[in-house]
Amino acid sequence: MSDRTVDRVAQATPKRVARKIRGLSDRAIAWIFISPTIFLLLAINIFPLIWTIQLSFTNYKANRIGREVKDVGFKNYERILTDSDTWLNMQATAHFLFWTIFFQVLIGFTLAWLINKKFKGNDLWTTIIVLPMMLSPAVVGNFWKFLYQPQIGLFNYIVSWFTGKEPSSFEMLGSVTLAPWAIVIVDTWMWTPFVMLICLAGLRSIPDYIYEAAEIDRASKLRQFLTITIPMVLPFLMLAVLFRGIENFKMFDLVVQLTGGGPGSVTELTSINLKREAFEKWRTGYASAYAIILFVTVFGLASIYVKALNKVKQR
Amino acid sequence: MSSFSVTEPSNRSKWIAGFLVITYALITMIPLVWILLTGFKSPADAISYPPKVVFDPTLEGYVNLFTTRTRQTQEFLEANPPQNWADEIVRQYDMVIVGPSKFGERFMNSVIIGFGSTFLSIFLGTLAAYAFSRFKVPLKDDLLFFILSTRMMPPVAVAIPIFLMFRNLGLSDTHLGMILLYTGVNISLAVWLLKGFIDEIPREYEEAALIDGYTRFQAFYKVVLPQAATGIASTAIFCLIFAWNEYAFAVLLTSANAQTAPPFIPTIIGIGGLDWPAVAAGATIFLIPVMIFTILMRKHLLRGITFGAVRK
Repeated sequence: MSDRTVDRVAQATPKRVARKIRGLSDRAIAWIFISPTIFLLLAINIFPLIWTIQLSFTNYKANRIGREVKDVGFKNYERILTDSDTWLNMQATAHFLFWTIFFQVLIGFTLAWLINKKFKGNDLWTTIIVLPMMLSPAVVGNFWKFLYQPQIGLFNYIVSWFTGKEPSSFEMLGSVTLAPWAIVIVDTWMWTPFVMLICLAGLRSIPDYIYEAAEIDRASKLRQFLTITIPMVLPFLMLAVLFRGIENFKMFDLVVQLTGGGPGSVTELTSINLKREAFEKWRTGYASAYAIILFVTVFGLASIYVKALNKVKQR
Repeated sequence: MSSFSVTEPSNRSKWIAGFLVITYALITMIPLVWILLTGFKSPADAISYPPKVVFDPTLEGYVNLFTTRTRQTQEFLEANPPQNWADEIVRQYDMVIVGPSKFGERFMNSVIIGFGSTFLSIFLGTLAAYAFSRFKVPLKDDLLFFILSTRMMPPVAVAIPIFLMFRNLGLSDTHLGMILLYTGVNISLAVWLLKGFIDEIPREYEEAALIDGYTRFQAFYKVVLPQAATGIASTAIFCLIFAWNEYAFAVLLTSANAQTAPPFIPTIIGIGGLDWPAVAAGATIFLIPVMIFTILMRKHLLRGITFGAVRK
């Protein structure tokens, strides 16, 4: 290779001349290309994070500009972690997280499995099923409020048609027992396609010859499903759960539009409580500490989960 | 010759699968179809019991969405005959159109902020992705992970310092502020996705171009960019859809001037509460572009929603 004319010429050319011909060095280009992105990320992501940490140790209130800001140490953190309301919000979030992921995995995987039977027109129907997930959660969530109206809402009407219950006898959003399920239903409607798409990719990644080999070994269809399909799709499924978990832990727009955290505070997820503290009560310092606690929680849980995921992948 | 395969599902199971999937698809479409229908209902039809599937379509919702109206006396109405079809619709309620509503403005804000931030994310993201893909960048893996982890913060948590920062810089409630913010949020997705797309372009193309006497820059925009065009287009659509749908930052950081459509649509008030046909009309206009983009994008959908983790 090294005796090729170009290489010899390239080697013989002095560096300075080469740079003039070639333009900037690769290193310089790399930095010119990357630095604007890094700068923007520092300004929009890292600097605010550091500022939040700093604010979380103060009693700062953003709506009172002249007020003296005092350093309060870990007091904000202490108050949050000992406040029983915090744990109620965490419980509401956990309920929401668990059931949305449960239903989405169940329905999403089933759909993917059915679509993978490759019936005619499966592409078209897959695209239709995917639509809800791409839409604005705030706009769609707001409209679901209309569907959930006790007397006139379509949801109540359909439920009453199937069960015979009076459509005005139950309030999906107004009842303490039903509201947590109302938000689970909408989130499941919206995000099941997400889990479905990832499972579908998993199912399509299984090569046919594995099933053919199992068929030759006379493994039953059920056994093939349990020992081939499930283990091979599991890493994909776990990835889907990771994404949905992070997203739903951050959940704000859909639920704020649907219930605003009510009735009472049964659907007050952590993000909604954070918004109240930060932008309604204007307890900026306290809310900053809350934000840091949430961030550490997501980050910690996600890291543990990713480790488990990598183990499954290696198997 | 018929091809027989043990892995090919039987016709019967295909039929059952098809039936179940189509049933699910139809059920899942009900809320969206209902938005579309409600947009063409009169307020009375929209809140009737039982819910009406068959009704007289009217453009009332759309007229109410785009206009502001006031009630007028009988004398005034008689002295000023309606000038167009929109006027006639409003006259049923003894009202006259007095001007445009805020919807057009909010919709334009969504367009300006959405396209502005998409352009910026793609411009910066393509450069960074190319550098990450082709050069040895110190701490590359850390940087990429860091870029990704910025998405783990709840938007409300990020909004607190951003709110203070924008207030100090005079960026509160401005288009520029929102464009920069959405770019900052989107750029992680853009870099990550675009790096995947550029990784797939063989290096040999550029190397050939370099040997032909192209500079790095020329090789980048004459060889790599055209090859990456599809990837760039689909990444752009993902950035656009995110900015278009975003609600938390918009509702917390904007109000009179730069507010986008998502925080505005749920607040459309009519006589005696929410004007559901107008809300539905606004939602329809707002959602249809995204649906069209989704259909165009269906091949790259998976990669976009999983940050390139699943490529298929």
